[in-house]
Amino acid sequence: MSGNTPSVTPEVMLAFYRRLYPFKSIFSWLNHEHTPTRLFTHREFAFTLPGDVYLRYNSFNNADELKKQVCNLNPTRFEIGPVYSARPKDKKTVRPAAFSPQLRELVFDIDMTDYDPVRTCCSGADICRLCWKFIAAAVHVLDKSIRDQFGYQRLLWVYSGRRGIHLWISDKEAMELTDEQRKALVGWMTVIQGGKEMHKKVNVRQGTKPLPPSIQSSMRFLGEVFTNLTLGTQKCFQKREGWEELLRLLPSGATTSALRTQWDEGPQRTSAEKWNTDLGERYAALGPPEHDIMKAAIEDIILQYTYPRLDAEVSKHRNHLLKAPFCVHPKTGRVCVPVDPSSIDSFDPEKVPKVMDLLDELDMVPPTAAGETGEHHSDWERTSLKPYVDILDKHVLSLMEDVRQRKKQEPNMNW
Amino acid sequence: MRQKPKASGSFTNAGSVEQHSNLKYPTRLNFYDRPPIEDITLEEFETCALDRLRVLAEIESSFARNRPWDELKKVTSTQCENHGLKLHASTAYTEDLDGQRRRDHVGHFVLRLAFCRSEELRRRFVKAELTLFRVRYEEDGIVDKDVFHRSSKFDWEEASDEELAQYKSQLAAAAASSSHTHATSSTSHTAEETYYKVRWTRVPDLVEKRKVFLKHGMAFVPRREISSIVLQEFQTRLEKALEMTAKALPRLDEDTRIIPILDNLSQGFLAGVSSEWGNTTSSGDGSEVTADMVDDIARKHYPACMRNLHDCLRRDRHLKHFGRLQYGLFLKVLGLSIDEAILFWRKSFSNIQDDKFNKEYRYNIRHSFGLEGKRANYAAKSCQQILLADQPGTSDNHGCPYRHFAPENLQTALLSMYSSQGLTSADLPEIMHTVKNGHYHVACTRVFEITHSRQVSKGEGIGGGESVTHPNQYVTKSRELEVKAQVKDEDIVMG
Repeated sequence: MSGNTPSVTPEVMLAFYRRLYPFKSIFSWLNHEHTPTRLFTHREFAFTLPGDVYLRYNSFNNADELKKQVCNLNPTRFEIGPVYSARPKDKKTVRPAAFSPQLRELVFDIDMTDYDPVRTCCSGADICRLCWKFIAAAVHVLDKSIRDQFGYQRLLWVYSGRRGIHLWISDKEAMELTDEQRKALVGWMTVIQGGKEMHKKVNVRQGTKPLPPSIQSSMRFLGEVFTNLTLGTQKCFQKREGWEELLRLLPSGATTSALRTQWDEGPQRTSAEKWNTDLGERYAALGPPEHDIMKAAIEDIILQYTYPRLDAEVSKHRNHLLKAPFCVHPKTGRVCVPVDPSSIDSFDPEKVPKVMDLLDELDMVPPTAAGETGEHHSDWERTSLKPYVDILDKHVLSLMEDVRQRKKQEPNMNW
Repeated sequence: MRQKPKASGSFTNAGSVEQHSNLKYPTRLNFYDRPPIEDITLEEFETCALDRLRVLAEIESSFARNRPWDELKKVTSTQCENHGLKLHASTAYTEDLDGQRRRDHVGHFVLRLAFCRSEELRRRFVKAELTLFRVRYEEDGIVDKDVFHRSSKFDWEEASDEELAQYKSQLAAAAASSSHTHATSSTSHTAEETYYKVRWTRVPDLVEKRKVFLKHGMAFVPRREISSIVLQEFQTRLEKALEMTAKALPRLDEDTRIIPILDNLSQGFLAGVSSEWGNTTSSGDGSEVTADMVDDIARKHYPACMRNLHDCLRRDRHLKHFGRLQYGLFLKVLGLSIDEAILFWRKSFSNIQDDKFNKEYRYNIRHSFGLEGKRANYAAKSCQQILLADQPGTSDNHGCPYRHFAPENLQTALLSMYSSQGLTSADLPEIMHTVKNGHYHVACTRVFEITHSRQVSKGEGIGGGESVTHPNQYVTKSRELEVKAQVKDEDIVMG
């Protein structure tokens, strides 16, 4: 990240909301249809204003109303919540019992800070192209698991503007999940557990029994990730601290103490040599009981260094708010753009359009006659924001098609 | 692949079951899909419900006491037996099967009416009913279970041979990684196992623990885990039904005889019905105070500061830190054991999930009993400490009402707390005068005299001219007077 990014001023934000923010697409994405339904009108929006002012329980009748209010308040960002049983703006006037979250996209949040123990290139809020690869790996695993195991298809991945990625799932069943079911799904997906003081964070099996099939199916891919990232770019076992951590995760015994002696004497050996040669050859030579124990330990280590690390709380509750796509990250000025999971490997967070650049692009384009008269619904088409809005619009088309299909099948459905 | 014995094989003993089909209730277990439609006498209406309520209350207190499942099961079975809710297996020809099952049926539906009325009551009712159902389901014999599985439409589909062959290794891995039995050869395991396919949303508990294999949203549930589907289904249906009942209830053509019964029932559940109506353990004379007795003591014997905290706790189902500290230590000295104290707070914080309670509150309660941390034996706060230390903030309820309440609020509070014990608005000017001069303990003592005017005359204070210096002293004196009064009353009767 370049250190001299000018801060995003309110004027810039206002121009962005007025001319570039794709309100129509966001509306259709939340609403699943052209005419406003409860999915939009009963939906909570929360605004963050400068000075840590936080306005919750806003709701709007249509895209224009939303745009008007956003331009009015000019928030630094806004978040999207669940569909309630009543309009959120009426919250104070309805009985508390009559106001509860009903529907909500199933959402996931993956944040780079959770990877601090397994990355060496950056820490905290920083992110570089090397460690973005962890996010890319997480996207691959999660995208495949959700589609294959849970059968959901309407997945939208959104870059969070700085150091993470969000996933919004809009399948009908996913929208209808109860908190209990969400918690169960998160439990299924959570492999890395335990706090700072816990060394071994993977406990998904009993003893040396095989891994659950859902995790086993990702192992081959994660093995590659482990080789390329953990051993390759991140060099996790290069320094003493790193290899000590590895030794702590191996079963105590002759092999482990032999490795400790070897590495104490030859600390310059690369991570790959330590893992593939020193550990690998000893592992291959082990007899049955030790071999099985070591196999389980090796698999668990690969998982601990590569498996997606989810922020579980975000996904568990329907009423959790999550930043809307296309908001601007106030520190970086980057727009939270949708990402195509199939090209996640070539996605570079540093290349994501920044709000100032987009406005500059707009100024370069000669103004058309229509463009000057008040509304600017499609100015984004003339900037580098276009491919990203196109991703969302394509996603919206499939959602609308789902609704059409359902209506054909059951004419009287209401939700 | 070798021919798999079809699961329906175990369902084929239909012949032996048919002979019971003359029963009105063919199965021991009931999903309560249909309400009882025959005439029910008012007495039966009430007794069926009360008996069931006692069982459910015992289940609730089992949760609050953290009883392990086996113990809970045993306690619940015993309770069922004591309160005429034992259900015999369909093979017990000599028993009045229809009669037992009818009582069970009627009791359940009456309680639905009583407990559908608020979100919280519904949640607690579902939890208790689900537990009762699970206890009975686990006791159920194979024959009864099979009949039951067929009688309620569970809408599960048996996995086909092709699917079993296709996912053989994954199913085996799922079974091996989840089962607790060691050394079972996993391949032969799956070959015999029957799998049922349901949407994963119907077995969240199995999904959370990765006990099933998932493909395109369908969970392959092995036969030995089928109870998850059944219990989940029971819960989902009951939750839906309760919400519908709640919506319909106000429009019922109400008979004025029923609402008072329902009110009484739901209040009993809230206050912890077990020891009030259940077997009377004689704990009144000993120094041990149980959680269920607190409400009663609060009403009769508390000084205003504790009465205020107690009422706030009942109203908000929560107290902030200093409130818990002040009230918790007071209860400890009053005679609540650590177990009863945990039970009391667990029940009082009824909006708080078990997880959160165990994490955030249990430790502090144990700490105040000297069981955690530096294990200090903390004394209950005296009037002086309450008056001067830890001044209440804007959203706090602790402190001394005589000092920390606005004069108008104090007057209203005193009247609502003590008018049933003889305090009238004519007494207020005198009390407010002492409050205004800063003699809070004098005001408190005066209230004690007024509310115990049968035994104490003005100026006697809490006995021998003493004035109130400690809330526990207030409550102890008040309870002593009550015992004396009872003895005296008995003497008079004897004489």
